[in-house]
Amino acid sequence: MARIADLPFKYRALMKVYPWRRINPVPASALPRPLDQARVALITTGGLVQPDQAPFDESIRGGDVSYRVIDRDVATADLLETHRSDAFDHAGIAQDRNLALPLDRLHELAEAGVIGEVAPRHLSFMGSITAPGRLLRDTLPDAVGLLQADGVDVALLVPV
Amino acid sequence: MERAGIATASLTALPEVTARVRPPRALSVPYPLGFTLGRAHDEALQRDLMRQALALLDEADVPVLRPARLTA
Repeated sequence: MARIADLPFKYRALMKVYPWRRINPVPASALPRPLDQARVALITTGGLVQPDQAPFDESIRGGDVSYRVIDRDVATADLLETHRSDAFDHAGIAQDRNLALPLDRLHELAEAGVIGEVAPRHLSFMGSITAPGRLLRDTLPDAVGLLQADGVDVALLVPV
Repeated sequence: MERAGIATASLTALPEVTARVRPPRALSVPYPLGFTLGRAHDEALQRDLMRQALALLDEADVPVLRPARLTA
Protein backbone atom coordinates (compact mmCIF):
# COMPACT_ATOMS: atom_id res chain seq x y z
CA MET A 1 0.00 0.00 0.00
CA ALA A 2 1.01 3.62 -0.29
CA ARG A 3 1.81 5.70 2.78
CA ILE A 4 1.52 9.44 3.17
CA ALA A 5 5.09 9.58 4.49
CA ASP A 6 6.37 8.24 1.17
CA LEU A 7 4.65 10.86 -0.99
CA PRO A 8 6.56 13.81 -2.47
CA PHE A 9 6.72 16.85 -0.16
CA LYS A 10 4.04 18.88 -1.95
CA TYR A 11 1.52 16.07 -1.50
CA ARG A 12 2.45 15.53 2.14
CA ALA A 13 1.93 19.25 2.67
CA LEU A 14 -1.43 19.11 0.88
CA MET A 15 -2.52 16.14 2.98
CA LYS A 16 -1.93 18.20 6.12
CA VAL A 17 -4.11 21.13 5.12
CA TYR A 18 -6.66 19.33 2.95
CA PRO A 19 -10.26 19.85 4.12
CA TRP A 20 -11.00 16.17 4.69
CA ARG A 21 -14.65 15.31 4.69
CA ARG A 22 -15.02 13.04 7.65
CA ILE A 23 -18.19 11.05 7.20
CA ASN A 24 -19.98 10.95 10.52
CA PRO A 25 -22.27 9.26 11.15
CA VAL A 26 -21.48 6.75 8.44
CA PRO A 27 -24.53 6.18 6.27
CA ALA A 28 -24.89 2.69 4.95
CA SER A 29 -27.51 1.55 2.52
CA ALA A 30 -28.36 -2.12 2.78
CA LEU A 31 -28.20 -4.05 -0.45
CA PRO A 32 -31.70 -3.83 -1.93
CA ARG A 33 -31.20 -7.27 -3.47
CA PRO A 34 -28.53 -9.96 -3.25
CA LEU A 35 -25.25 -9.14 -4.96
CA ASP A 36 -25.83 -11.81 -7.61
CA GLN A 37 -28.94 -9.91 -8.67
CA ALA A 38 -27.54 -6.40 -8.23
CA ARG A 39 -26.68 -3.88 -10.93
CA VAL A 40 -23.16 -2.61 -10.33
CA ALA A 41 -21.47 0.60 -11.52
CA LEU A 42 -17.80 1.54 -11.29
CA ILE A 43 -16.50 4.92 -10.19
CA THR A 44 -12.87 5.75 -10.78
CA THR A 45 -10.70 8.78 -10.06
CA GLY A 46 -8.23 7.70 -12.73
CA GLY A 47 -9.04 10.51 -15.15
CA LEU A 48 -10.06 8.12 -17.93
CA VAL A 49 -12.00 9.48 -20.88
CA GLN A 50 -13.48 7.89 -23.98
CA PRO A 51 -11.80 8.84 -27.26
CA ASP A 52 -14.76 11.07 -28.15
CA GLN A 53 -14.66 12.99 -24.87
CA ALA A 54 -12.74 16.06 -23.73
CA PRO A 55 -9.75 15.39 -21.51
CA PHE A 56 -9.79 16.55 -17.91
CA ASP A 57 -8.44 20.04 -17.34
CA GLU A 58 -5.51 20.19 -14.94
CA SER A 59 -5.41 23.99 -15.13
CA ILE A 60 -8.68 24.60 -13.28
CA ARG A 61 -8.03 26.15 -9.88
CA GLY A 62 -9.03 23.79 -7.09
CA GLY A 63 -9.34 20.88 -9.49
CA ASP A 64 -11.58 19.71 -12.34
CA VAL A 65 -14.81 18.58 -10.71
CA SER A 66 -16.36 17.29 -13.92
CA TYR A 67 -16.80 13.62 -14.71
CA ARG A 68 -17.05 11.51 -17.81
CA VAL A 69 -19.66 8.85 -18.46
CA ILE A 70 -18.03 5.61 -19.55
CA ASP A 71 -20.26 3.30 -21.58
CA ARG A 72 -20.49 -0.31 -20.44
CA ASP A 73 -19.55 -1.56 -23.89
CA VAL A 74 -16.48 0.61 -24.44
CA ALA A 75 -13.25 -1.19 -25.31
CA THR A 76 -11.16 -0.43 -22.23
CA ALA A 77 -7.94 -0.29 -24.25
CA ASP A 78 -9.43 2.67 -26.15
CA LEU A 79 -9.85 4.74 -22.98
CA LEU A 80 -7.39 7.59 -22.61
CA GLU A 81 -5.83 8.38 -19.27
CA THR A 82 -5.75 12.18 -18.95
CA HIS A 83 -4.84 12.39 -15.25
CA ARG A 84 -1.72 14.51 -15.04
CA SER A 85 -0.92 14.06 -11.36
CA ASP A 86 2.67 13.02 -10.68
CA ALA A 87 1.63 11.53 -7.32
CA PHE A 88 1.32 8.10 -8.92
CA ASP A 89 3.04 5.98 -11.55
CA HIS A 90 0.98 6.03 -14.75
CA ALA A 91 2.74 3.07 -16.35
CA GLY A 92 0.37 0.40 -15.05
CA ILE A 93 -2.80 2.11 -16.25
CA ALA A 94 -1.10 2.74 -19.60
CA GLN A 95 -0.75 -1.03 -19.94
CA ASP A 96 -4.12 -1.99 -18.49
CA ARG A 97 -6.97 0.47 -17.87
CA ASN A 98 -8.54 -2.12 -15.59
CA LEU A 99 -6.11 -1.02 -12.87
CA ALA A 100 -8.22 2.13 -12.57
CA LEU A 101 -11.55 1.10 -14.13
CA PRO A 102 -11.93 -2.68 -13.96
CA LEU A 103 -14.75 -2.77 -16.48
CA ASP A 104 -13.54 -5.94 -18.23
CA ARG A 105 -13.36 -7.68 -14.86
CA LEU A 106 -16.86 -6.45 -13.97
CA HIS A 107 -18.23 -8.03 -17.14
CA GLU A 108 -16.50 -11.28 -16.16
CA LEU A 109 -17.99 -11.14 -12.65
CA ALA A 110 -21.43 -10.73 -14.25
CA GLU A 111 -20.83 -13.67 -16.59
CA ALA A 112 -19.71 -15.74 -13.59
CA GLY A 113 -22.88 -14.82 -11.70
CA VAL A 114 -21.06 -13.02 -8.87
CA ILE A 115 -22.99 -9.82 -9.63
CA GLY A 116 -26.34 -9.49 -11.35
CA GLU A 117 -25.37 -7.17 -14.17
CA VAL A 118 -23.05 -4.44 -15.34
CA ALA A 119 -24.64 -0.99 -15.16
CA PRO A 120 -25.02 0.81 -18.51
CA ARG A 121 -22.94 3.82 -17.42
CA HIS A 122 -19.84 4.19 -15.23
CA LEU A 123 -18.25 7.37 -13.91
CA SER A 124 -14.73 8.66 -14.30
CA PHE A 125 -13.38 11.54 -12.23
CA MET A 126 -9.87 12.92 -12.22
CA GLY A 127 -9.14 13.36 -8.54
CA SER A 128 -6.48 15.89 -7.56
CA ILE A 129 -9.33 18.10 -6.41
CA THR A 130 -7.85 20.39 -3.81
CA ALA A 131 -11.06 22.37 -3.27
CA PRO A 132 -13.84 19.78 -2.98
CA GLY A 133 -16.72 22.19 -2.26
CA ARG A 134 -18.10 22.32 -5.79
CA LEU A 135 -17.64 18.58 -6.17
CA LEU A 136 -19.87 17.91 -3.20
CA ARG A 137 -22.39 20.65 -3.89
CA ASP A 138 -22.82 20.39 -7.66
CA THR A 139 -21.23 17.30 -9.13
CA LEU A 140 -22.15 14.69 -6.58
CA PRO A 141 -25.95 15.14 -6.69
CA ASP A 142 -25.77 15.07 -10.49
CA ALA A 143 -23.70 11.88 -10.51
CA VAL A 144 -25.92 10.18 -7.95
CA GLY A 145 -28.98 11.10 -10.00
CA LEU A 146 -27.45 9.51 -13.06
CA LEU A 147 -26.78 6.25 -11.22
CA GLN A 148 -30.28 6.27 -9.76
CA ALA A 149 -31.76 6.80 -13.21
CA ASP A 150 -29.88 3.68 -14.31
CA GLY A 151 -31.25 1.65 -11.41
CA VAL A 152 -27.80 1.08 -9.94
CA ASP A 153 -27.80 -0.94 -6.71
CA VAL A 154 -24.08 -0.96 -5.97
CA ALA A 155 -21.21 1.40 -6.77
CA LEU A 156 -17.66 0.06 -6.55
CA LEU A 157 -15.25 2.94 -5.98
CA VAL A 158 -11.74 2.72 -7.39
CA PRO A 159 -9.63 5.65 -6.27
CA VAL A 160 -6.29 6.01 -8.02
CA MET B 1 -24.79 8.00 -2.50
CA GLU B 2 -25.63 5.71 0.39
CA ARG B 3 -28.47 8.02 1.37
CA ALA B 4 -29.80 7.72 -2.19
CA GLY B 5 -30.04 3.96 -1.72
CA ILE B 6 -26.90 3.01 -3.61
CA ALA B 7 -24.65 0.77 -1.55
CA THR B 8 -20.95 1.50 -1.98
CA ALA B 9 -17.74 -0.39 -1.50
CA SER B 10 -14.31 1.02 -2.17
CA LEU B 11 -10.80 -0.11 -2.81
CA THR B 12 -7.99 1.95 -1.35
CA ALA B 13 -4.23 2.05 -1.75
CA LEU B 14 -3.92 4.83 0.83
CA PRO B 15 -5.64 3.51 3.97
CA GLU B 16 -4.41 6.38 6.15
CA VAL B 17 -6.62 8.70 4.14
CA THR B 18 -9.48 6.22 4.04
CA ALA B 19 -9.41 5.96 7.83
CA ARG B 20 -9.86 9.75 8.04
CA VAL B 21 -12.67 9.98 5.53
CA ARG B 22 -14.50 6.89 6.77
CA PRO B 23 -16.39 5.57 3.76
CA PRO B 24 -18.71 2.74 4.85
CA ARG B 25 -16.74 -0.16 3.34
CA ALA B 26 -13.21 -0.21 2.03
CA LEU B 27 -10.67 -2.87 1.16
CA SER B 28 -7.06 -1.74 1.46
CA VAL B 29 -4.68 -3.13 -1.11
CA PRO B 30 -0.89 -3.49 -0.75
CA TYR B 31 -0.05 -1.77 -4.02
CA PRO B 32 1.42 1.60 -4.94
CA LEU B 33 -0.76 4.49 -6.13
CA GLY B 34 -1.72 3.94 -9.74
CA PHE B 35 -2.07 0.16 -9.22
CA THR B 36 -5.31 -0.06 -7.29
CA LEU B 37 -6.24 -3.40 -8.86
CA GLY B 38 -2.80 -4.90 -8.28
CA ARG B 39 -1.02 -5.82 -11.47
CA ALA B 40 -1.64 -5.07 -15.14
CA HIS B 41 -3.39 -7.93 -16.96
CA ASP B 42 -3.51 -10.12 -13.82
CA GLU B 43 -7.17 -10.90 -14.36
CA ALA B 44 -7.55 -13.40 -11.52
CA LEU B 45 -6.02 -11.01 -8.99
CA GLN B 46 -8.16 -8.11 -10.19
CA ARG B 47 -11.36 -10.16 -9.98
CA ASP B 48 -10.42 -11.46 -6.54
CA LEU B 49 -9.84 -7.94 -5.20
CA MET B 50 -13.21 -6.82 -6.57
CA ARG B 51 -14.95 -9.82 -5.01
CA GLN B 52 -13.33 -9.07 -1.66
CA ALA B 53 -14.41 -5.43 -1.84
CA LEU B 54 -17.96 -6.36 -2.84
CA ALA B 55 -18.10 -8.94 -0.04
CA LEU B 56 -17.84 -6.05 2.43
CA LEU B 57 -21.43 -5.19 1.46
CA ASP B 58 -22.48 -8.03 3.76
CA GLU B 59 -20.85 -6.39 6.79
CA ALA B 60 -23.33 -5.00 9.28
CA ASP B 61 -20.85 -2.87 11.23
CA VAL B 62 -19.65 0.16 9.28
CA PRO B 63 -17.28 1.73 8.67
CA VAL B 64 -15.21 -1.31 7.84
CA LEU B 65 -11.64 -0.91 6.53
CA ARG B 66 -10.05 -4.29 5.93
CA PRO B 67 -6.80 -5.39 4.33
CA ALA B 68 -7.09 -7.56 1.23
CA ARG B 69 -6.23 -11.24 1.64
CA LEU B 70 -3.69 -12.30 -0.92
CA THR B 71 -3.39 -15.87 -2.05
CA ALA B 72 -0.86 -15.42 -4.83
